[in-house]
Amino acid sequence: MTDALAREVSQPGRVLTDSTADHSEGMSYLHSLPRRLVTLYLPLSLILFVLLFPFYWMALTAVKPDNQLLDFNTYSPFWTWNPTLKHVYHLLFETDYPIWLWNTMLVAVCATALSIVASVLAAYAIVRLRYKGARWVGGLIFLAYLVPPSILFIPLSTVVFQYGLFDTPFALILTYPTILIPFSTWLLMGYFKTIPYELEECALIDGATRWQILVRIVLPLAVPGLISAFIFCFTLCWNEFIYALTFISSTQYKTVPVAIVTALVDGDVYRWGSLMAGALLGSLPLVILYAFFVEHYVSAMTGAVKE
Amino acid sequence: MTDAVLKARVIAPEPSLWERLMTNRDWLGFWFMLPAAAFLILFLAYPLGLGIWLSFTDARLGRTGVFVGLENYDFISDDPTFWLIVFNTILYTVVASTIKFAVGLYLALLLNERLPFKAIIRAVVLIPFIVPTVLSAIAFWWLFDPQFSIISWSLIKLGLITHNIDFLGDAWNARWSVIFANIWRGVPFVAITLLAGLQTVSPSLYEAATIDGATPWQNFRFITYPLLTPIIAVVMTFSVLFTFSDFQLIWVMTRGGPVNATHLMATYSYQRAIMSGYLGEGSAIATAMIPFLLGAILVSWFGLQRRKWQQGEDND
Repeated sequence: MTDALAREVSQPGRVLTDSTADHSEGMSYLHSLPRRLVTLYLPLSLILFVLLFPFYWMALTAVKPDNQLLDFNTYSPFWTWNPTLKHVYHLLFETDYPIWLWNTMLVAVCATALSIVASVLAAYAIVRLRYKGARWVGGLIFLAYLVPPSILFIPLSTVVFQYGLFDTPFALILTYPTILIPFSTWLLMGYFKTIPYELEECALIDGATRWQILVRIVLPLAVPGLISAFIFCFTLCWNEFIYALTFISSTQYKTVPVAIVTALVDGDVYRWGSLMAGALLGSLPLVILYAFFVEHYVSAMTGAVKE
Repeated sequence: MTDAVLKARVIAPEPSLWERLMTNRDWLGFWFMLPAAAFLILFLAYPLGLGIWLSFTDARLGRTGVFVGLENYDFISDDPTFWLIVFNTILYTVVASTIKFAVGLYLALLLNERLPFKAIIRAVVLIPFIVPTVLSAIAFWWLFDPQFSIISWSLIKLGLITHNIDFLGDAWNARWSVIFANIWRGVPFVAITLLAGLQTVSPSLYEAATIDGATPWQNFRFITYPLLTPIIAVVMTFSVLFTFSDFQLIWVMTRGGPVNATHLMATYSYQRAIMSGYLGEGSAIATAMIPFLLGAILVSWFGLQRRKWQQGEDND
C-alpha cells in the first residue's frame, strides 16, 4: 500500500495521464451547461487569453512590416495582411544572432550532459548504495537546490576569475551544473527508488559489479526519468540569465537571453520588430522540445516538487 | 551479501586495498558522489562561504579587499535606498506570491474539471513557464511601452482611459507592472503542480461528502484543502524563494528604475557589485537575503515532514 502510494507520488506524470481522467469528475453531470459556461469556461478562457496574449503579440510584432508596427490607428493592430520576414532576416544575416544561438545550444548541451552524469552517479549512490551519511547528503543536496543564483553570482564571479574562466564558455558550462545537479539528483532519486531492489540483488548474486548494475539494469529502467531530467536541465540552462550576464563580456560568447538584452537593444523605435523576432526564435527550440515531451516535462516539474 | 563477503574472506586471502576501495559500500559511495560533490563544493559551497566573507571586506572589482568587520552592513543599514529596496522586495514577494497562489489554485481547480481538449489546454497553460523569462520579459517591456502600448491603446479605444498609461515610468505603476509580469510567469507552475496534487485526491471523498449534504465550498475547505496542504507548502516555498531572488524580469523591464522603485535585493546587489564595482557592499546585500531564504526553507522542511506523516511513509 505504502509502496503503491509512493510510486504514484514519485511518478506524477503517469498519474496525470492515465488515472483519474475518466472518473475523477464523477459528479460533473450535476452541473448544467449554462452554469458550467459561467463557472468554468468563461474564467478559463479569460486566464488562457491573458497567458497567451503576450506570445501572440510577440509573434505578430515579429512579422509586421515597419510602417504598421507603431501605427495602430491606420492599420488594425491585432492582425496584419502583409506579414514580412524582414525582421527575422535582419536577425539571422545582419546580426550575430546565429552565433548566440549556437553558444546557448553549446552551453546548454554541455552543462546538461555533465550534470546528468554527475546526478545519475550521485542519485544511485544515495538511494541504493546507502553509504554512511547518505541521508544527510540527500538533505544537503536538497538544500543546495534552494540556494538561488542571485546570492552566488558575486563570489562566483571572483572564483571564475581566479580559475581563469572569465569570459569563456567554460565559465557557464562549469557553473550551470550547480543549478542543475541538485534538481536532477533529487528527481532521479525519486525514479531510482521505484526500481525494484530485487532486480539488483539478483544481479549482485550473479556477480555483477555496482557499475554494471547501474549501466545495464538501473539506467535502462530509468529512461523516462533521464529524459525528464534532461529536458528540465536543458530548459533551465536556456533560461539562465544572471551568470551569463556577469561572467561573459565579449559579444561572441554571449547567450541568446543576454545578447538580446545587451546587444540587440538600440535606440531605434522600429527595433521592436527584430527584438520580438529574436525573442520568438530564442523560445522556439524550447517550445518544440516541450511539445514533444510534455508529459516528461510535467512529471519533472511536479516530481521535483513532490519528491 | 554480507555473508558472501565473510565467506569469501575465510577462503581468499585478505582483499587488497584496491579491491576494498572498489567494493566497500562507503568507498563506492564516495567514488559515485565525487563528480557531483566536486561541482557543488567548488562552485556552490565555496562561493557561498566566499560571499559571506566578501561581505566583511572592502573588496572592489579587480582588487582583493581587507577585513573591515561590519562596516558594509553599517553602511547599507544607514542607506535609505537599501531599506526602500527591502520594502520593494517584500512587497514584490508577498503580493506576487499571494496572487500566484490564488490564481494558480483556481486554475488548477478549473483544469481538474471535465473539459474537452484537456491535455492540450494543460500543455498550453505551461508555455509561459517554458519560454525563457528574459524573452517573455522583453515581450512585456513592449506591451508596457509608454507610447505604443497595445494595452493603453485598447483601453483608450474602449473609452476607459483618456491618456496612455506610463506603465514603467511611474514608481507605483512600474511596481504593479513587474509584479503582474511575475504573476503571469509563475501561475502556470503553481497551477500545474497543484493540479497533479488534486488528481491524487480520491473522487469518492467528494461523493461521500456530497451525499452528506456538503456544499461545494465545504468540499473544497474540508477535503481538497487539507489533502493539498503538503503540496501547497512545498510549491509555495519554491514560489516564494524564486520570487524573492528574482533578477531577470526586473533587469530586463526596468533595470530597477524609475528611481530605484522596482529594484529588488538581487538587482541592487548586481548594480552595487558588478556595475559600480563595490564587491563587498554587493555581497553584504546578497548575504542579507539569506535569513529570508532560511525562513522559506524551514517552512518547506516542515511541509515535507507533514506529508510523510500523512502518507505513513517511513523516513527514507
